[in-house]
Amino acid sequence: MDFKQSLLSYLSHHCFLRSCFSDSSETMINLFKIKGQKREEAANAVGRGNVKKQSAGELRLNKDISELNLPNTTSICFPNGKDELMNFEISIRPDEGYYFGGMFTFTFQVSPSYPHEPPKVKCKTKVYHPNIDLEGNVCLNILREDWKPVLNINTVIYGLNLLFSQPNDEDPLNHEAAAVLRENPKLFESNVRRAMSGGYVGQTYFPRCLFGPPTR
Amino acid sequence: MAEVATEGRWKDVDRLLSRHGNLVSAEFDPRPNLREDIGEYVKVLVVGAGGLGCELLKDLALSGFKNIDVIDMDTIEVSNLNRQFLFRLQDVGKSKAEVAAKRVMERVSGVNIVPHFGRIEDKELDFYSNFDIIVLGLDSIEARSYINSVACGFLEYDADDNALLETVKPMVDGGTEGFKGHARVIMPGTTPCFECNIWLFPPQVKFPLCTLAETPRTPAHCIEYAHLIKWDEAHSGKAFDADNPDHMLWVYKEALKRAELFGISGVTYSLTQGVVKNIIPAIASTNAIVSAACALEALKIVSGCSKTLSNYMTYNGQEGTHIKVTDFFRETDCLVCGPGTLIEIEPSVTLAEFIEKLEKHPDVLMSKASVTHRGNNLYMQAPPVLEEMTRSNLNLALYDLLGKVAKDTVHVSGMTEKNGKRSSSLRKLRVSFKGVSAGPTDMDTR
Repeated sequence: MDFKQSLLSYLSHHCFLRSCFSDSSETMINLFKIKGQKREEAANAVGRGNVKKQSAGELRLNKDISELNLPNTTSICFPNGKDELMNFEISIRPDEGYYFGGMFTFTFQVSPSYPHEPPKVKCKTKVYHPNIDLEGNVCLNILREDWKPVLNINTVIYGLNLLFSQPNDEDPLNHEAAAVLRENPKLFESNVRRAMSGGYVGQTYFPRCLFGPPTR
Repeated sequence: MAEVATEGRWKDVDRLLSRHGNLVSAEFDPRPNLREDIGEYVKVLVVGAGGLGCELLKDLALSGFKNIDVIDMDTIEVSNLNRQFLFRLQDVGKSKAEVAAKRVMERVSGVNIVPHFGRIEDKELDFYSNFDIIVLGLDSIEARSYINSVACGFLEYDADDNALLETVKPMVDGGTEGFKGHARVIMPGTTPCFECNIWLFPPQVKFPLCTLAETPRTPAHCIEYAHLIKWDEAHSGKAFDADNPDHMLWVYKEALKRAELFGISGVTYSLTQGVVKNIIPAIASTNAIVSAACALEALKIVSGCSKTLSNYMTYNGQEGTHIKVTDFFRETDCLVCGPGTLIEIEPSVTLAEFIEKLEKHPDVLMSKASVTHRGNNLYMQAPPVLEEMTRSNLNLALYDLLGKVAKDTVHVSGMTEKNGKRSSSLRKLRVSFKGVSAGPTDMDTR
């Protein structure tokens, strides 16, 4: 049905029909009343009071979550239950590299405009890392300037895992850590170990975040 | 005196509504009292009482609409006064919806405007179903998405996937940004809805955090550094509130310090506000032009006095005046306004059996489906923690899980195969239970 046709059909079902105006005004009022009633009934049956509205963003997030393919290093939890997926947490236990043995938790906040906006990700665990600052901000390109709606939660989790297996000194949020990694990788390694075991690196104290080797 | 003024006021609108023409719709019934009927019977909702909303209320009231509701959650600020002409300096701090309604009712006798000071999400669905037409003067994608999903939520289809015309809730959506603006007509089920064309929006500008941290080059970089990074460092725990002038001032001062450090000029308080709140300065004439188009479309839709805009008008006044109207097509499988695929099953079918049926249903062919119903996840194939939480639903009858109604909408996501290639997809399904008598929604339609 093309637009013009359907608009006309719409108008013909609406009360501005020639026939209803040629009748007395009482008939017209009745017709409107009846329409109002039917609309009410429809709304009551369809609306069913406080039926939750699910946005297109939530539906797309549901799809991403139902297709999650978590690596062995990563586990996920939903603190608000199985029906509130917009806020969740993941924990990464790197199985190799400088951060082997540690456990790092990230919070994900997904807005109703997902996937047009990337999820907001912050690191809850205090970590000595060139690309993660002490407030938990994560410098990952796909979380900001390189985000595209075609990406999904799997790709973000993959990117976060890469941060631990390949920390890089080129996009630093923690400048000191980046400098040490660049100039003295052995010192960087021992700084990371000390931080994960619970201790000071420079003036900053890092709480212990060691865990056993990653399990399934 | 008021009566004489009123009569003269309506002369032109009445002329428009009482004469035939070449561009009218076929059902147009021109009559001298058509305006009165519109005033008496049509209920219109204006969403937003700001730049567009003020103009819309004026234009709709002066076009003959008499039953108008307006909803806005904001209060009046001084910066609004360059264009939101219904407000005065002494109104600063009051509810936009309430002041706007009052002012228009003072100037146009006979119009009744009911203001609602609150959020659109806090209204019940019954509130929205009351209106014959909804006109939007919003300033965010999220708000438009919400209203669109509410209006399209009323839409129902018959067995042949045709929209049931009594369930169509037309919307007219306007938007402005500096010199640019748009006006569009949304007839759910016929024209594209807001979600169908959401890909039209360009991505938001986001700077890499490390650029902000290491190598700022523009005043905006300095401002975002102060806003996103420095704020948390100095106020860890306290959330930044863009509407708090003290917070904004703090960000401005920090941005200045950083700009000085890197030799960048151009950080001003008003640029700070613009970057942090994503604001583009507003121009009164853009708002007037777009609202006028919207109000005119609303009048055309309810009266048929002329062909409606089909269906998306863009306006650009930056260099000269450029207006273009594009006739966009709907997404046939739009998750919000699409009919979805009709699936008829027995009420005894369990969720597990339903998921199995989807694999072989010729219009679906989806394997390993996850099923969600109105925000409730009935079954999730992954991750393991959610699969465990929802496994117990598999043995329950789908009819019970959906609340024992004759028909309802579910969404499913899983793997489908097309041309030998497997990909994941998300589909909307209309589930109809055989043999169950439908309620009052099942209206007799022509």
